Amino acid sequence: MSAAARHTARPISSLVSRSVPPLIVFGMVIGLWYAVSYLLLSPDRRFLVPPPDAVLRVGFLEPANRAELLDGLRLSAEVALLGLLLAAAIGVLLAIAMSRARWLERSLHPYLVILQTIPILAMVPLLGFWFGYDFGTRVLVCVLIALFPIVTNTLFGLRSVDEAHHDLFTLHRASGLTRLWKLLLPAALPSIFTGLRISAGLSVIGAIVGDFFFRQGEPGIGVLIDLYRARLQSEQLFAAVILSSLLGLSVFLVFGALARRVVGSWHESARDHAAG
Amino acid sequence: MAPVLSFSSVGMRYAGGTEALAGITLSVGPREFVAVIGPSGCGKTTMLRLASGLMEATEGSVNVGTGRIGYVFQDPTLLAWRTVRSNVELLGELRRLPRKERRRRAEEAIELVGLSDFVRHRPRTLSGGMRMRVSLARSLTMQPELFLLDEPFGTLDEITRERLNDELLQLFAAHPFAALFVTHSVTEAVFLSTRVVVLSDRPGRILGEFDVPFDYPRSSRLRFDPDFARLASRVYACLRGVAS
Repeated sequence: MSAAARHTARPISSLVSRSVPPLIVFGMVIGLWYAVSYLLLSPDRRFLVPPPDAVLRVGFLEPANRAELLDGLRLSAEVALLGLLLAAAIGVLLAIAMSRARWLERSLHPYLVILQTIPILAMVPLLGFWFGYDFGTRVLVCVLIALFPIVTNTLFGLRSVDEAHHDLFTLHRASGLTRLWKLLLPAALPSIFTGLRISAGLSVIGAIVGDFFFRQGEPGIGVLIDLYRARLQSEQLFAAVILSSLLGLSVFLVFGALARRVVGSWHESARDHAAG
Repeated sequence: MAPVLSFSSVGMRYAGGTEALAGITLSVGPREFVAVIGPSGCGKTTMLRLASGLMEATEGSVNVGTGRIGYVFQDPTLLAWRTVRSNVELLGELRRLPRKERRRRAEEAIELVGLSDFVRHRPRTLSGGMRMRVSLARSLTMQPELFLLDEPFGTLDEITRERLNDELLQLFAAHPFAALFVTHSVTEAVFLSTRVVVLSDRPGRILGEFDVPFDYPRSSRLRFDPDFARLASRVYACLRGVAS
């Protein structure tokens, strides 16, 4: 094989070698699913695990059902995303403030740890009791759940800047703002993205599971999941569970791609997650 | 001529009580290249930090006759997210030079260190020696009258180190700067400098000063000259006296 041919062949073969094994596993899972539906369960108990084609037909292809599902998904995605964005903005600002003022870090850190250790989801009824069960409260749940990883990772990133780099900026009389903008924030970016990725997953969980408690107003996908379970609409239940998993997965992929795009050219950590 | 840098009876005691330097009196004139050599922890880096104004002496006084100081750290201290060109432009940005001027100086400096083909590379794709060249180029953009160099080649392999020594000498020959160069290597100290200063163990005091009589430009073959070897062994003996 010529050198040129080898160069073009390599990406394709690596794509094949990377995508074939997961596809085989996917096929096996579908096969197992059919086996459970048709071989393990008698027809009167088949509703516990409806076969894949039934889920596809009833859950996704029937227009009314699909519209209901997608509306729920859209609402939950909006809640998760807005919560994440707010958590990111608040978290990064908070971390910057804490990195500049030791006393602020000392006073706030214990409470951030507490925020992380108390089960936020268990507080959802209380939050609803205080603020009502509307969109804003759902977003608040996501912010609370997503805040901690962003603050701690950003703070870690800001703190990890080399002493000698600080000296360099000091020698050339950089203002605090210049130092923040040209040294601290870029250096912290890989850590900020690590935090964002963790928080993105948490925010999706917050939006979907928090939804179980929000009976009033427009139903999110979490409400639908609970509703389908109660009505034994198992095809739709499966469809809803699959969709919410896809939401979590796509958030993970989007942030992985974003991190690669922003810091991938100079930082190893972003490349290590390339498979994500 | 007035010295570019002078220490008079400088002592430095850190807040924790460690005494780093004691009774240092030393002056560096224009176009003088002074190498400082001494055992680890004898306060060599402290001298540079005092000279640059990053720290203030607790005793005596340090006078610097210029505002244009280039500080080259042990580590290249490049910003990983910036390309070679934009790393070299950094100091111009911090000093708020106009964009055009900044760019012109950066390109000139990059050319001087022979990295014109690498302007768009990021530090992680460069070798250790190349990174140090970028760091040198970055300092050069400030057209320093005083260069403070803190063991800049300490972590490089012998061959790269000698090559960078040669290149630094070429820069020194072409640009009128004074230098205070800290190193662990006797050969490097003698090869580069007009004067070698030997420091004692902590707290660092000046044990000996050796004028280096060789003319510039110096060829890399000077390292094998008998006179060079004799001088280096005198410096080495002085340094050995410290260690024993």
